[in-house]
Amino acid sequence: MTEPLLRVRDLRTYFVTEHGSGTARAVDGVSFELFPGETLGIVGESGCGKTVTSLSILRLIPEPPGHIRPGSFIEFEGRNLLALAPRELRAVRGNQIAMIFQEPMTSLNPVFTVGDQIAEAAIVHQGLSRRAARARAIAMLQLVGIPDPGERVDHYPHQMSGGMRQRVMIAMALVCHPKLLIADEPTTALDVTIQAQIIELLDRLQAELGMAVMLITHDLGIVAGSADRVVVMYAGQVVEQAPTPELFGHPLHPYTEGLLASVPRLDTPPARAGGGGGKLHSIPGQVPAATAWPAGCRFHPRCPYAWDRCRQEEPPLLDAGGGEPGTHTVRCWLLTEPRRRTPRVS
Amino acid sequence: MTAPTALVDVAGLVKHFPGERGLLGLGRPRARVRAVDGVSFTIARGRTLGLVGESGCGKSTAGRAILRLIEPDAGRVTVDGQDVLALGARELRALRRRMQIVFQDPYGSLNPRMTVRQTLAEPLAIHRVAAGAEADRRIGSLLEEVGLDPSFTGSYPHELSGGQRQRVGIARALSVEPQFLVLDEPVSALDVSVQAQVLNLLADLQQRRRLTFLFIAHDLAVVKHIADDVAVMYLGKIVERAPAATLYAAPRHPYTTSLLSAVPVPDPKAQRARIVLAGEVPSPANPPPGCPFHPRCPHPKKNERCRTEPPALRELAPGQLVACHFAEEPLRP
Repeated sequence: MTEPLLRVRDLRTYFVTEHGSGTARAVDGVSFELFPGETLGIVGESGCGKTVTSLSILRLIPEPPGHIRPGSFIEFEGRNLLALAPRELRAVRGNQIAMIFQEPMTSLNPVFTVGDQIAEAAIVHQGLSRRAARARAIAMLQLVGIPDPGERVDHYPHQMSGGMRQRVMIAMALVCHPKLLIADEPTTALDVTIQAQIIELLDRLQAELGMAVMLITHDLGIVAGSADRVVVMYAGQVVEQAPTPELFGHPLHPYTEGLLASVPRLDTPPARAGGGGGKLHSIPGQVPAATAWPAGCRFHPRCPYAWDRCRQEEPPLLDAGGGEPGTHTVRCWLLTEPRRRTPRVS
Repeated sequence: MTAPTALVDVAGLVKHFPGERGLLGLGRPRARVRAVDGVSFTIARGRTLGLVGESGCGKSTAGRAILRLIEPDAGRVTVDGQDVLALGARELRALRRRMQIVFQDPYGSLNPRMTVRQTLAEPLAIHRVAAGAEADRRIGSLLEEVGLDPSFTGSYPHELSGGQRQRVGIARALSVEPQFLVLDEPVSALDVSVQAQVLNLLADLQQRRRLTFLFIAHDLAVVKHIADDVAVMYLGKIVERAPAATLYAAPRHPYTTSLLSAVPVPDPKAQRARIVLAGEVPSPANPPPGCPFHPRCPHPKKNERCRTEPPALRELAPGQLVACHFAEEPLRP
């Protein structure tokens, strides 16, 4: 079996809250692996810890108020990123691991041309001359499908549309041919026709450049189309992890199950067929606060199957069987007592 | 057909924004932005029209112009038989009791310094619906109706979650007992699990109160679950309008077909052929001549006529109106 490119073990990233009144356990014991060339989807709703996980990998967590707890472990190609000196870290960040963000306008510098911003990484990490870096920037703009790259290279971000800016972000991220691209909600701010263009572009570039992609999103549709494996997060933890067809075909965690059932879909009849009556499935209640995760299983207050054990004892990630160990893991006591999977009548 | 029973009747609605001048107000003003460029539809009492399209297509401007939150330049809007655009300030205020709006961002649309009770009491006072103990009683039942515990009356917006805030926004709109609600992206800012709660709430309220909805959204899957009829906008114009079942099963405008094919489906086995449109939406200040969609249109028969002659909105099937020269030969992904 191939060695993982990235191995995250028991990652805990906590924040001291504004008034010093408590600690937000934003990421609270997250473990997963990412293999070379694969796309790993990380899904979850606001506040589940998916973005903090990705920022922790790049050590972009502002300290204070945040800190990565001792005992956390992030290994990239056999090196613990959490133990690297700032200088060594800079050689990895933006070079071997690159990241694109949701908001291309706020992540691009408004006072530099897009060409300068793309060229910067090539100059810093690969020692290219200005002239060579500019040529590389033009080639990158061409690669990400920007028309007239020779002209566009001298434009400023405000002269471009949202879709074009996201392409520039991707060009910046890929200029050093990273082995891992972390894409945090890369299409959330874009319209659906532009989103389709960007997803197609990312899929194509991944195939061409052979990099691994960590795709962070709340959109289960995007994950279904692009990811090889999926990690579902809830309340700072991984609650389910499986190959994509398995996760969508046989979701085992009640949260995954509820999330999939809540998505309004184009490929199924409307819930209100016939003009009324039917309803969309919804998960009752709200996501709890990171300063006060519920005791026991963190999903138990919203779970239709919960019983006493769920309220008292936190479940570990359990193996769902089928395939090699660790192929499909679920943080739920139902795996030990499957006959309880009958929802209570509400 | 539906005209006699239509609660909302919009005909030829136009809203152009003047082009801005350059820095310091010098130079020639830029071209006018044709945000809404001749939009017509009706909504029958108790029904929902979904108005969909991408950013900048004019859907929100249309919703606001109908309520005269911005003044339209031309057209006719009738709500429950009253000519909205002809009303004076006093009459308009009276009519506003019957038509209300819910915004996308419940945080931005609630006053951060007002408690839930104050937020809900204000419209009751302005429209002289209720005051004092009667207002408190109404606020209590409104909160119950939108699924919020009465203990929230003293809470400020920052103490509420996104879903709870949107429930307050809905309660505020309902407080004056309107007949017609414009819902402008009411669930776009919410997480999936909470979005479903709010959509179910809106469907319940519509049935219970016999409300009429204009549901403005960019998410075609959400609209499918709430709308009876759907109108698709592109560059200020409706390009296709049809009963929801027809539009989703057999779209006839190539833009509708492309939009539907671009929506990701949460099923790895059901990845359909996706039509990826080239290019981006042109500026509404400088729309293309002929069919506004022609520069991006993937229809194989696209020809010179599309580049020169704007297609009229024609009825192709019962209730299905399409603005495409090739609507008889619809594109299939």
